[in-house]
Amino acid sequence: MRQVKELFSSLGVDCNILELDQVDDGASVQEVLSEITNQRTVPSIFVNKVHVGGCDRTFQAHQSGLLQKLLEEDPAYDYDLIVIGGGSGGLSCAQEAAVLGRRVMVLDVVVPSPQRTSWGLGGTCVNVGCIPKKLMHQAALLGQALTDSRKFGWEYSQQVKHNWETMTEAIQNHIGSMTRGYRRALREKAVAHVNSCGEFVEHHKIKATNGKGQETFYTAAKFVIATGERPRYLGIQGDKEYCITSDDLFSLPYCPGATLVVGASPAALECAGVLAGLGLEVTVMVRSQLLRGFDQEMAEKVGSSMQQLGVRFLRKFVPVEVQQLEKGSPGKLKVVAQSTEGTEMIEGLYNTVLLAIGRDSCTKKIGLEKIGVKVNEKTGKIPVNDVEQSSVPYVYAVGDVVEGKPELTPVAVQAGKLLARRLFGGRSEKCDYINAPTVVFTPLEYGCCGYAEEKAVEVYRKENLEVYHTLFWPLEWTVARRDSNTCYAKIICSKFDNDRVIGFHVLGPKAGEITQGFAAAMKCGLTKQLLDDTIGIHPTCAEVFTTLEITKSSGLDITQKGC
Amino acid sequence: MAALRGPAGRFRWRVRAVPGGARGTAGRQCYDLLVIGGGSGGLACAKEAAQLGKKVAVVDYVEPSPRGTRWGLGGTCVNVGCIPKKLMHQAALLGGMIHDAPHYGWKVAQPLHDWGKMAEAIQNHVKSLNWGHRVQLQDRKVKYFNFKASFVNPHMICGVSKGGEETLLSADHIVIATGGRPRYPTHIEGALEYGITSDDLFWLKESPGKTLVVGASYVALECAGFLTGLGLDATVMIRSVPLRAFDQQMAFLVTEHMVVHGTRILRGCTPLRVERLSDRRLQVTWVDLASDKKDTGTFDTVLWAVGRVPETRGLNLEKAGVRTNPNTQKILVDAQEATSVPHIYAIGDVAEGRPELTPTAIMAGRLLAQRLCSRSSDLMDYDNVPTTVFTPLEYGCVGLSEEEAVARHGEERVEVYHAYYKPLEFVIPERDASQCYIKMVCLREPPQLVLGLHFLGPNAGEVTQGFALGIKCGASYEQVMRTVGIHPTCAEEVAKLRISKRSGLDPTVTGC
Repeated sequence: MRQVKELFSSLGVDCNILELDQVDDGASVQEVLSEITNQRTVPSIFVNKVHVGGCDRTFQAHQSGLLQKLLEEDPAYDYDLIVIGGGSGGLSCAQEAAVLGRRVMVLDVVVPSPQRTSWGLGGTCVNVGCIPKKLMHQAALLGQALTDSRKFGWEYSQQVKHNWETMTEAIQNHIGSMTRGYRRALREKAVAHVNSCGEFVEHHKIKATNGKGQETFYTAAKFVIATGERPRYLGIQGDKEYCITSDDLFSLPYCPGATLVVGASPAALECAGVLAGLGLEVTVMVRSQLLRGFDQEMAEKVGSSMQQLGVRFLRKFVPVEVQQLEKGSPGKLKVVAQSTEGTEMIEGLYNTVLLAIGRDSCTKKIGLEKIGVKVNEKTGKIPVNDVEQSSVPYVYAVGDVVEGKPELTPVAVQAGKLLARRLFGGRSEKCDYINAPTVVFTPLEYGCCGYAEEKAVEVYRKENLEVYHTLFWPLEWTVARRDSNTCYAKIICSKFDNDRVIGFHVLGPKAGEITQGFAAAMKCGLTKQLLDDTIGIHPTCAEVFTTLEITKSSGLDITQKGC
Repeated sequence: MAALRGPAGRFRWRVRAVPGGARGTAGRQCYDLLVIGGGSGGLACAKEAAQLGKKVAVVDYVEPSPRGTRWGLGGTCVNVGCIPKKLMHQAALLGGMIHDAPHYGWKVAQPLHDWGKMAEAIQNHVKSLNWGHRVQLQDRKVKYFNFKASFVNPHMICGVSKGGEETLLSADHIVIATGGRPRYPTHIEGALEYGITSDDLFWLKESPGKTLVVGASYVALECAGFLTGLGLDATVMIRSVPLRAFDQQMAFLVTEHMVVHGTRILRGCTPLRVERLSDRRLQVTWVDLASDKKDTGTFDTVLWAVGRVPETRGLNLEKAGVRTNPNTQKILVDAQEATSVPHIYAIGDVAEGRPELTPTAIMAGRLLAQRLCSRSSDLMDYDNVPTTVFTPLEYGCVGLSEEEAVARHGEERVEVYHAYYKPLEFVIPERDASQCYIKMVCLREPPQLVLGLHFLGPNAGEVTQGFALGIKCGASYEQVMRTVGIHPTCAEEVAKLRISKRSGLDPTVTGC
């Protein structure tokens, strides 16, 4: 009986349980049951009025997929699944459910930013995240390539200048085509796509409000919350009026000019790096740490590599007021900032102020409280169990709104797809959030997987760890005459677990491409010995990990002598 | 511990002969270890042994190429291989980036390429590496001789300096690491007189101009690829199939990409003769093997890339009793890298059956030195060696080709997952991604052990390295699929390979 209850709970199914030994007329109920079903034993399981059988029969039905079919055949609801939020996670879940033959609806609406920027289907990643960011990063890298290319014999006469509008137009065109692709995919898979805000009004029922204020009500057996996050504002005078965020930057119709980036998140440093790479004057104002949560040695190295490119850092200051001095595209803004360590105030003039101080979950206005979905009050995030189920069994959450999980597109995509398969495909595979690799696309890319050094020390203790590291000089940088002691590789090994690699960190060109394979290897139990035994691919940056010899504890010199 | 290693006591250091003993030659010097050949493998072995306290000498001599090109210490990789090749590849890639740049908003005029400037920069870098190797030897107290070496007897070599002066060197252990040199097809009239090889290309001070590259090796394709990328007219003449030892589907895509990007490929043809015309250009006559029809073309440069010959002929190996394979001239070695003479070893490209790759030579050299110094008994593992062909679209691979997997396990037991993907960077400049392709060759039975990975696309070298480790760890398809992707990269497509060849479904990746 307990097993059956657990099965239904894992499928997110509400069930009515009648304990025959605890009710007065239990005996007569059992009589009637056996007449109807020819089964005297308990439990006796019915799904949507169909008798499935006892415990074994139920599990057989689950394995064969019959149970899921019976569960889905619920004409009482308009849809089998309604997904709120058309970003990476929501769309992957919706499409997979549709592929499995379910009736699915996606509600997606983009609330314009305070600067009135808006966009289409696809969520943060496609519209205001990974995709435009990586493309602008590429534009900045090409600027470096142009400089390098002269050293490699390429000759072109004129002074090279960058045109912001050409770049953003090309990027927005690509985003447009991706958005159209998503709409087409939803159509082809017969997923209903409604451009409306969704809000729970009662159990299994949602109110969809479109741009004209028209309300429509839909019901579904299951719901997935995938509303993601939006950039946070400082809450100081002038911030919403005059500052932009990453929501606005990638489609900004004019070159932002001299820019103050506020924050030290990956998004802050990535945006700052892009703008500096395009030749703009960039200042980054940081309250405390760079890249909080990341390995701090790496974070500081990322910071100094950006300084080398001319990015100015104002550490330990927070803005307290933003004033507009001149209107324009861009205009002129005065920012007053206060030291976090005292009363010192500074002022600065910028054309653009970009806030990148963090993101807030979009869980406030969707009626979660009406149906009792628990939300972490502090973070606004939704706690879920290991099958992405919220405190209300038929409501699930994927992506950035989920508490305690990496905020990464591929994680959301994977979680959404696997969730749909578990709900509707009779599969049991869960999303594996461990050792998700991350890359910060700063001008010099930073890739990592597993523990930050501080965190490893906290969990394993310093004496149980060995850290191997080295600076390295990419071959492409030699002829280009770039610095020989900027790129850095580090691994953290658990000494008494066969020198298993528990942290991988690389700062260098193409760190994104490098890190992926190592992440796969870490999934398979990568050890230092295996790194040593693996042949390098010559000449690459990645090969540096096959020849790491110097331990941090030895204190030996890791600088490159320039050959 | 020591007793466990080398059952016959092969690795114990013999008591050194008294200097100036039996033969009483004045210039004779004795070493614990003598390394012949100052390339990647030889230097790694010498430095490691010296670090472990042995008295070591390296003998290195670069025989000028038939065109008279010569270079310094460091061997093929540094001077006429990986390093200048990758740098010229980078120069060509930068050319592509300059073309991309206007699409990303950079205002830049159509560029021209100055070969001389590039060559000088690269050659300066190579010279600094030569110098670096000299310094490293000095730092580790390894004696360096710029001698041409040949065996006198199993423990002694005779070194001849540039000036013709002879010195005798003896050692307890001798490592042969002389590598190989490009083969000249001497049966072709004019080949030796007018053609160059990769030994010369990287040291040319002036642009090679319109070039015919003869050969189907990765060297041939890489050279033709970067020449095209630098804006030169390049043609590759291939007798039968390109990249013979590699996965043939991948090889096809590599060459298809080259053709689309302007390299001419003449298949099934072989040159008959090369003549110099009065305007100093070269006229090449070739035959189409299928039709037997002859054709001619005029080129500024003819580059032979038809394979390499091991440098064993001048060594007087018979005096030492070291056996070679009569067909390949390569030195026969066992798992310990020992030749037919137990105290003489061979590593790197000169050894029979070894992959001709710098990192394998380095690792083999270091492990050998460690075994010789009784520091370790680890043998070099030559399985699952990853490699990358730096053609304009890079091809990285590790493990088995699809053909090899099918041959070993049978078609029914092999599952191949594959995808055609589009690198995000390609979309803005509207680059063609038709050949960007990945395939993972697995055993079909769960958990579907990964047998081989093949990646064709930008930065394949960087992408492949980590996955090579995964394969070394015994990765299964399921484990790779459980790895979270890094978005947006090309490498993440490897962790998203869902379509099997057997399913017959369209493997084109769409969307995010």
